[in-house]
Amino acid sequence: MHRIISKKKIAEDIFKIVLEAPVVAAKRKAGQFVVLRPEETSERIPLTIFDSDAGKGTITIIVQVVGKTTRKIASLGEGENLLDVAGPLGNPTHVERKGNIAVVGGGVGTAVAYPVAKAFKEEGNNVMGIIGARTKDLIILEDEMSAITSELFITTDDGSYGRKGFVTDALKDIIEKNPVAEVLAVGPVPMMKAVCDLTKQYNVKTMVSLNPIMVDGTGMCGACRVTVAGKTRFTCVDGPEFNGHEVDFDELSKRLKGYSDMEKHYIGHKGCNLENKV
Amino acid sequence: MKDKHDRQKMPEQKPSERIKNFKEVPFGYTEELALNEASRCLECKKPMCVKGCPVNVPIPDFIKLVKQGKFAEAARKIKEANSLPAICGRVCPQEDQCEKLCVIGKMSKPVAIGALERFVSDYEREKRNVAIPKVSEKTGKKVAVVGSGPAGLTVAGELAKKGHEVTIFEALHKPGGVLVYGIPEFRLPKKIVESEIDYVKQLGVKIVTNAVIGKSATVAELLEGEFNAVFIGSGAGAPKFMNIPGENCVGVFSANEYLTRSNLMKAYMFPEYDTPIPRGGIVAVVGGGNVAMDSARTALRLGAEKVIVLYRRSREEMPARIDEIHHAEEEGIEFHFLVNPIKFICDEHGKVKEIECIKMKLGEPDDSGRKRPVKIDNSEFSVKIDTVVIAIGNDPNPLIQKTTPGLEVNKWGNIISGKESGKTSIEGVYAGGDIVTGSATVIEAMGAGKIAAGAIHKFLMGEK
Repeated sequence: MHRIISKKKIAEDIFKIVLEAPVVAAKRKAGQFVVLRPEETSERIPLTIFDSDAGKGTITIIVQVVGKTTRKIASLGEGENLLDVAGPLGNPTHVERKGNIAVVGGGVGTAVAYPVAKAFKEEGNNVMGIIGARTKDLIILEDEMSAITSELFITTDDGSYGRKGFVTDALKDIIEKNPVAEVLAVGPVPMMKAVCDLTKQYNVKTMVSLNPIMVDGTGMCGACRVTVAGKTRFTCVDGPEFNGHEVDFDELSKRLKGYSDMEKHYIGHKGCNLENKV
Repeated sequence: MKDKHDRQKMPEQKPSERIKNFKEVPFGYTEELALNEASRCLECKKPMCVKGCPVNVPIPDFIKLVKQGKFAEAARKIKEANSLPAICGRVCPQEDQCEKLCVIGKMSKPVAIGALERFVSDYEREKRNVAIPKVSEKTGKKVAVVGSGPAGLTVAGELAKKGHEVTIFEALHKPGGVLVYGIPEFRLPKKIVESEIDYVKQLGVKIVTNAVIGKSATVAELLEGEFNAVFIGSGAGAPKFMNIPGENCVGVFSANEYLTRSNLMKAYMFPEYDTPIPRGGIVAVVGGGNVAMDSARTALRLGAEKVIVLYRRSREEMPARIDEIHHAEEEGIEFHFLVNPIKFICDEHGKVKEIECIKMKLGEPDDSGRKRPVKIDNSEFSVKIDTVVIAIGNDPNPLIQKTTPGLEVNKWGNIISGKESGKTSIEGVYAGGDIVTGSATVIEAMGAGKIAAGAIHKFLMGEK
């Protein structure tokens, strides 16, 4: 059992939850995730560890309500428990001093981008950040990102906040002004694909953190397979970060939608879109 | 000697009924059937059957107790050698082990040892008459067991009986390994697995779930910490794929994923349980082992219109248990022998819709001693399908090997350990089961666990 220490709504349908998970908190590094289940009938779902406190034995996760299991998690209050938390899983981000790093977070993907950006910052890199979303209400973690980046650019599709446009517009400007050693992009698949298409033109190495459908999270089931450089890789044990220029995003996007009909049918939830799960 | 009567058949659910539910297929023997069957045993002075059993269950001794109507005592007799008889009675390939060597089998059908094992262990459990053996005095030694499948449970049970303090670390949220995620309810009811695990717990074994060794703690950390020895029984974790085009189409599953969704996550009870699984349509299962049979029969119970098994060799080479093949045939599963997929074709949503196959013929025997399947040129044909399950085996999961420097593995990534001891290249670290041998049977993993337990005990007690 993993007690919820605090829970805060940070945007529409997006919650920041601190919970007890001492084993995970003690071992966790940037880029890793947990697989959790709120209750007996739930799915096992992967969620990035946003932050951790080894001393207190807690981890912080950011949850967007997209399906039945995330809705259940979001419905729990402080003092209530999640049934299972397994982790930390996946490979930590490879962090080294490289100079200028651009970190791009799209929607709830910002929750994944943040710990990586922070790790790069702590390693002595100059981190430039971009966060984007469809509209102002979906921009999250602005203060946190602001605190660890030398510059933070915000874009919204509808222009309700920051610059009107896409994260790629802001990224293009950064790359043209600065020598960027590496880009890290996390967000919905079309966003990561657009970022990779752009950075390919400038020949800038780009890492993406993938969040495909996963079941066990330990390499056992193969649900999270993704084609990278023409080879099948398992995101849970080979990833979650891959060279974005080698990822088959079209396939990933189709695999993410594999169950959407079945789930929509039962959830009857407006705008239930597994792609937003990233 | 002429036997008095034929081998007693276990009553079972009719095929037309059972394909609509996930309940166990055979009902098990009644007391009368068990007594009849036991009376066929000759109680050989030099019992060959025992030699065929990887854990040397004292078979004639337990059958003698059955003859006397001492069913619970018979179960306890088995447990002297095997802590999981209700499971072994159901999933062991007896026809290749104990029953294969039964003397009666030379004249007529062998004694149904598996069915009797199942009967007595069910009897003991159902009568709530399970005896917990006396555990030796505490030795103060601690052992970590990685994985709670058949190998891990056996090691843990054996070491606990000898007075050691054992903790099992299980990566999933439920203990049992392949017994809970792999083998379906209709072949091995989960309440039986639970009660066998409960038995191991009652011996004093502690089980920690959601503990992914290699991630939440490494083997070295376990040894540096409170544990005096570590046993690795992490199983054959990583699914094999065919590496053919279209394999990542939506609707192409590894058997591990398909069965985990259905068994462990109870997707067959969707939407009561949240994990989805495709239902209905035409399902193709690739492979010929027990896992392929389990997948095919699961698909049928999930409402498939038609299930076809594609196997690249012929019926004779199929590795599945005879009972499972027989049950699958009775249930209407179609077998296509000597065919192999070469390509999966998807629709515009990336969803699989067709398999292109090629016909095969059998050539010279390969390393496994079985005739090698060879492609027949220009024999391609295609089959329309909605879902594919690939059940062609597993590679070892690399998590522990990658995070344990100094642990020797073979070229396939399996941990190398001594056959007579389970010893690995690291002192105090032992391994057994599928992580060492590659995919095998429950009882073989238990056999390895038993051997390792003996060696670990000696190591802990400082014996040579």
